[in-house]
Amino acid sequence: MNRINFLKLLLMSLMLASTAIACKKVPKSITPIPGVNPRSPGDPTTTRPTGTDPGKTLPQGTETTPTNLSDITGGTQLGPRIDKGNFWGDKETFKDNTVYFAFDSAQVRPEDKSKIDGVAQYLKANPTFKVEVEGHCDERGTEGYNLSLGERRAASVREYLISVGVGGDKVGTITYGESQPAVQGHDETAWAKNRRGEFLLLKPKTQ
Amino acid sequence: MTFHNAFLLTCLTSSFVLVPPLSLAAQEPARIEIEKEGDRSKLIPISLSGFSGEVQDVLRSDLWIQGFDIVAADIAQFNVTGSNAGVVEGRVLDRIRKTQILGNRYQGGSLRSQAHAFADDIVQKITGKPGVSRTKIAFIGENGGRREIFVSDYDGANAHAATQDNVDVVTPAWGPDARKLFYASRKSGYLDIYSHDLISGARIVIAKYPGSNFSPSVSPDGRRVAMIISKDGNPELYVCNADGTNPKRLTQTAADESSPCWSPDSETVCVVSRMGGAPALYKVAASGGPMARIRTAGVGSVTEPDWSPDGKWIAFTALTRPFQVCRVPSQGGTVEVLGGGEDPSWGPNSRTIIFTARSGNRRVLSLLDADTKRVKTPSQYSGSRSQPSWAK
Repeated sequence: MNRINFLKLLLMSLMLASTAIACKKVPKSITPIPGVNPRSPGDPTTTRPTGTDPGKTLPQGTETTPTNLSDITGGTQLGPRIDKGNFWGDKETFKDNTVYFAFDSAQVRPEDKSKIDGVAQYLKANPTFKVEVEGHCDERGTEGYNLSLGERRAASVREYLISVGVGGDKVGTITYGESQPAVQGHDETAWAKNRRGEFLLLKPKTQ
Repeated sequence: MTFHNAFLLTCLTSSFVLVPPLSLAAQEPARIEIEKEGDRSKLIPISLSGFSGEVQDVLRSDLWIQGFDIVAADIAQFNVTGSNAGVVEGRVLDRIRKTQILGNRYQGGSLRSQAHAFADDIVQKITGKPGVSRTKIAFIGENGGRREIFVSDYDGANAHAATQDNVDVVTPAWGPDARKLFYASRKSGYLDIYSHDLISGARIVIAKYPGSNFSPSVSPDGRRVAMIISKDGNPELYVCNADGTNPKRLTQTAADESSPCWSPDSETVCVVSRMGGAPALYKVAASGGPMARIRTAGVGSVTEPDWSPDGKWIAFTALTRPFQVCRVPSQGGTVEVLGGGEDPSWGPNSRTIIFTARSGNRRVLSLLDADTKRVKTPSQYSGSRSQPSWAK
């Protein structure tokens, strides 16, 4: 009995000693996890909200819009932004006037010009109406690339409208890149329908 | 198991996970990791023992993507031993020199962040360069058709929604102190560029010109923002101060420009232009001047450049089918294909790259080690993630 207790004691003291040795191997250099200074770069808490519960959103604060952004001149300017709050948006009127583009192209195709002519005639007959051209792409470009290509397609349609006598201030442009495909699918049939320019007719709420 | 098989399995598995429809952030990732081996000759053999669960996963993952090969102790050059009982502590033994080169105990934060800190200390000690384990990324998260900006750890964990605009929000870019994000939101009904302070939540609109404003890129010194603005009737490259003042048009082309990025000295912008027909990379001085083509021998159509922080490389997307992530020396030259994917963003170490991979209608973020061409998709999340920007 005594012998067993003695062995137990010996074993325990050996374990304690080895733990102590193991601990000694760890140098005293303790590296604190950053978490105090909220501004240090790479700090994991830099972009964490005050509550660190994952699943919460980051703080939503005030929103400021400077009113006096410097004006830029030069080029074929767009008119002032159309305040869509003052207009009824209408996608029906010109739904058959949607124009389509070749792969990676922003050129208006000859066979589509009559569709844009139809929009031009309508706008001339309704001088208080405006139109916004929406440029879209298929998924075969990357997202950043397609944002520009979509805008360039809308700009090409706008240029054609101007060339047939529509005032540039009556035509706005917007790009949706590849984010709003008309048709789901990953083949040329779908892509051809997604490379397009659509018309949003804007009718003034008060005439 | 091939990459695709693993991917399908992951998709099938994750489809059984019930998740709230509009919150990416609330979803805890299934810890399924997809790894694609690259050039093993440049890898550093290292062993890990004594760790368990999440800490072990994080250490393996962090070291793997930063150029280490996790092997058995008797064939490793470095033995990492330690524990994660309560806190992470660990030692690194150099088996060739037979000396301990690192020994640390960590406190504060989560076990996960302690494991990241230990991984970075190992990377720093052995390679002499800072690790990326505690860095942040921003990306577009999509679920149920809504796209918002999210911020997470570099490996996709701890995702938080930064925007709640309930409209399409795109093209995030970090300010240099990892405190501000710049991006384009359709909140006004048009694409406007916002500067968003992540600590206070305050944001300002820095570009809301007629037409569309998008693809902001902040100069490494934080003073200026390059962006695409279509107010002139064509998407052109502009540079303005970080608060939106003093905009200056840098391109005068009939074609569209897209996806600008900055040289590390904040003097030069690299931008994609289709002025020569196919999309190509051009350099232009941020103060204005002629556009100079960057030669990308071997690839016809390129987009989405990102200049490495050390200045040596420009990573970009080759518009091949499928897309490929490539790099070229920043002065131009022969292209090196790094792997399938798009929209690369360099890590602060100028070695690791995060990029987008497509799978049907879904997009996932993957990490790429440019030196070994190893690829890792750290974890699978439901919904879609794309357009990564790595905080420098």
